Amino acid sequence: MHQSNAQGDPAMKRRTFIKQLAISAAVAAALGSTSLYAQQKTVKVGILHSLSGTMAISETVLKDTALMAIDEINAKGGVMGYKIEPVVVDPASNWPLFAEKARQLLTQDKVAVVFGCWTSVSRKSVLPVFEELNGLLFYPVQYEGEEISKNVFYTGAAPNQQAIPAVEYLMSKDGGAAKRWVLLGTDYVYPRTTNKILRAFLKKKGVAESDIMEEYTPFGHSDYQTIIAKIKKFASEGKRTAVVSTINGDSNVPFYKELGNQGLKATDVPVVAFSVGEEELRGVDTKPLVGHLAAWNYFMSIKAPANDEFIKKWAGYARMKNIAGHKDKPLTNDPMEATYIGVHMWKQAVEKAKSFEVDKVRPAVYGQTFKAPSGIVSKMDEKNHHLHKAVFIGEVKADGQFNVVWKTKGPVKAQPWSPFIAGNEKKKDGPALMAEKK
Amino acid sequence: MIPGIRAAAGALIGALAVLISLPAAALDAAAVEKLAFGEGDERIEAIGRLVTEGDPRAVPLLRAFAQGEVQTAGKRVLVVKGEEATDAVTGERVSPLPAEREDVVANNRLRSAIGDALAALGLLAPERGARLAAARALADGAEASMLPLVQKALDRETDGQIRPLLEQIAATIGLKSDDKPVRLAAIAKLGESASPSARSLLVGIRNDGDVEIRSAAQLALRAVEGRLVWGEAAGLAFAGVSLGSVLLLAALGLAITYGLMGVINMAHGELIMIGAYTTYVVQGFFRNSNFFDWYLVAAIPASFLASALVGMLLERVVIRWLYGRPLETLLATWGLSLALIQGVRTIFGAQNVQVENPASMSGGIQALSNVVLPWSRVYIIAFAGLILLSIYLLLTRTRLGLFVRGVTQNRDMASCVGVPTGLVDTLAFGLGAGIAGLAGCALSQIGNVGPDLGQGYIVDSFLVVVFGGVGQLAGTVVAALALGFANKLLEAWSGAVLAKIVVLVFIIFFIQRRPQGLFALKGRAVEA
Repeated sequence: MHQSNAQGDPAMKRRTFIKQLAISAAVAAALGSTSLYAQQKTVKVGILHSLSGTMAISETVLKDTALMAIDEINAKGGVMGYKIEPVVVDPASNWPLFAEKARQLLTQDKVAVVFGCWTSVSRKSVLPVFEELNGLLFYPVQYEGEEISKNVFYTGAAPNQQAIPAVEYLMSKDGGAAKRWVLLGTDYVYPRTTNKILRAFLKKKGVAESDIMEEYTPFGHSDYQTIIAKIKKFASEGKRTAVVSTINGDSNVPFYKELGNQGLKATDVPVVAFSVGEEELRGVDTKPLVGHLAAWNYFMSIKAPANDEFIKKWAGYARMKNIAGHKDKPLTNDPMEATYIGVHMWKQAVEKAKSFEVDKVRPAVYGQTFKAPSGIVSKMDEKNHHLHKAVFIGEVKADGQFNVVWKTKGPVKAQPWSPFIAGNEKKKDGPALMAEKK
Repeated sequence: MIPGIRAAAGALIGALAVLISLPAAALDAAAVEKLAFGEGDERIEAIGRLVTEGDPRAVPLLRAFAQGEVQTAGKRVLVVKGEEATDAVTGERVSPLPAEREDVVANNRLRSAIGDALAALGLLAPERGARLAAARALADGAEASMLPLVQKALDRETDGQIRPLLEQIAATIGLKSDDKPVRLAAIAKLGESASPSARSLLVGIRNDGDVEIRSAAQLALRAVEGRLVWGEAAGLAFAGVSLGSVLLLAALGLAITYGLMGVINMAHGELIMIGAYTTYVVQGFFRNSNFFDWYLVAAIPASFLASALVGMLLERVVIRWLYGRPLETLLATWGLSLALIQGVRTIFGAQNVQVENPASMSGGIQALSNVVLPWSRVYIIAFAGLILLSIYLLLTRTRLGLFVRGVTQNRDMASCVGVPTGLVDTLAFGLGAGIAGLAGCALSQIGNVGPDLGQGYIVDSFLVVVFGGVGQLAGTVVAALALGFANKLLEAWSGAVLAKIVVLVFIIFFIQRRPQGLFALKGRAVEA
């Protein structure tokens, strides 16, 4: 009935015709585009960094670094003859959105690998997705450990490659021999776990419970008056005090502004930060902050030929792509270096495995080495999915760069299962499924 | 201060006392070399040696060292200032600059050792300012070997401000003496002080082996802490007023658009954001001029105008058609806020932009020994007060204010007597929006400026206005200050995360019990 009606109605006929025309045009276009692409095969990779919201201050530049590394690889002929096609998504500092976007990348875009995440809460959010769909994630930021997922490679530092050496330095004579500790952080999994590890470590070193103060602020907190007053009071209650800051995201700007304005000097109470680098200090007046510290596995000020080359590349790329801020004043930092290493290690592993399949690439990543901008040859551990990294401690200079005042002799192997958390000694130093079973 | 540094600095000061009477000798090349190429203790020792030799050139060298101006070129040690370099040993000018140079890194420990050494020297300086600065630097503790130098300074010093500081320095040294009466006298002296460093010194000996010393120390400690408590309370009060002024700034505009006009303006936060971005743009124009420190003078009217214009446009185009339909207004303005956020994101990028403080707004005033009031916050409190005063005058003393009040109280009657109600609506909304812009300008000085800036303040603004009572300026002021104080008190007591939760829960219960807010409109005000 319906059909006969359509045949009888000229308007309907015309509509059907137009529809058909449109479909055929679309098919033709699709065919045309595939035939164009056929000249060079492409492989998609995902980039999952917050480009808006509170974490954008730190993460945006990682997206650009990954794109730079991809451009560089493409310019040299790609991976096994495949051109890399990046798929950039913006999870907007929204943790559940990270999981959604990760699923989209793995199921719709069918990416071979994802480079992304900064905060541990975002990594924890995507972890079940990667394990369920057997995806591959390169995670470029220092974090609290307590995890070796078979679907993640961690190119940032574990606590023994950053937090513990930094605290040891502050305890030493050169670091100021601190006896009292303020553990200050943003309220989420990374600061809480790191502080748990540090508390256990400090206790083992004979620091009394009453000599440790722990404070947390919400994400995006912007009024640090009372916190700084509290630190001042705590510091005046005897013995030398140091502050360990795990504040993340754009809260760091008001924190350091307040620190400077209230005149808390590094020679009195040094603040060592684990998530503050060159990029976060951009635009903060660093003159009152001279001497405050940061612990990383890379600083822009490191003198090494590989670093000079890295900085030059980044400066050129930032100018070419007109990246806000960096086009006039290019800055590099530790997570950028870790991102850069990650992209290259993945490429090397794919070439070794001669496949993009996750199960074949994974074993090929083990033992990969790369000449890191920090001046060492960074090696991916054969078992535990973490990089061997050198540790550097830097003091803030008046120009916002860091003076390296201490460093390890060579690369340090990561201990993702911190010996300072009870029960970890039984855990295996190798990959497993980490997401909690529902 | 750590014992190692103290000992080294002490040794160096002891040497210093000697050097004052000795003729100057040549700068020791070996010591300079140690300073530049050595490690930790070696370098501290070298500083001591350099000062012992008493060459006046050691002082500028140490200063350059603390400021990171010392570099090495091969075996040579240079002091590099800009494009000019001098040899640290001979003092000759070196040109051209050697291409291969390495920075000599001074860490905190060295900087504070050098600071102490230079300060001790400064105690005998002829200028009053230099002496005062030196005494302040040493007030938090000094080493026993500094005593002769401090005594010598005490003998000469007549200045009423410097003398007490010197006495305190002498007391800190006396505390470590072996002589019991000297220690007791020192404890008594420290007990008169109100500085955090005195407390920290007394805490150190509160469990001393000697009973007499122990009880004296505990007594003195209680006295010092009693004085410090006032400072802490004052600091907390200031933080409360400061947060209150920020909340007030954010809410004042809303108090007009929502409180007086009854428009539920969800885009209020975005009007604040526009003000902040205007400040950023104005700052850009001043960036390369000599008047950078004055950019705020231009940014304040600019941010008012920008937000007021956007506000008036919104009122004319969208909100005007929705008067008396709160639900539709809410949805429409919420949509507008999303559009504005996305617009700013497209123009300026999703990342925060950097708004720098003018030099006059960094640093702070040392109000009490343990309270520093940052200039930026002091200015913002004053700014909030000023805006409040102008709005009050505008609403109560001008014709426009009369019209606004008339229209909001009885629109029909106002219209009957010839008030152009449409125009008044636009102007009043523009005024509220402009004040939001001013808030944005102020907030850019203490917080981050990004597209989401407004989202963080919209909830707080509504809280303040609703809590204070809709339609009442006085209510808004009281509510802002009350919330500021409550937040800061709770923060000091329970931490920032819990404080926020407690305040929100309190407001829920308060509004349930008293929906009209703190100050209710009395009389027969017409419900819109």
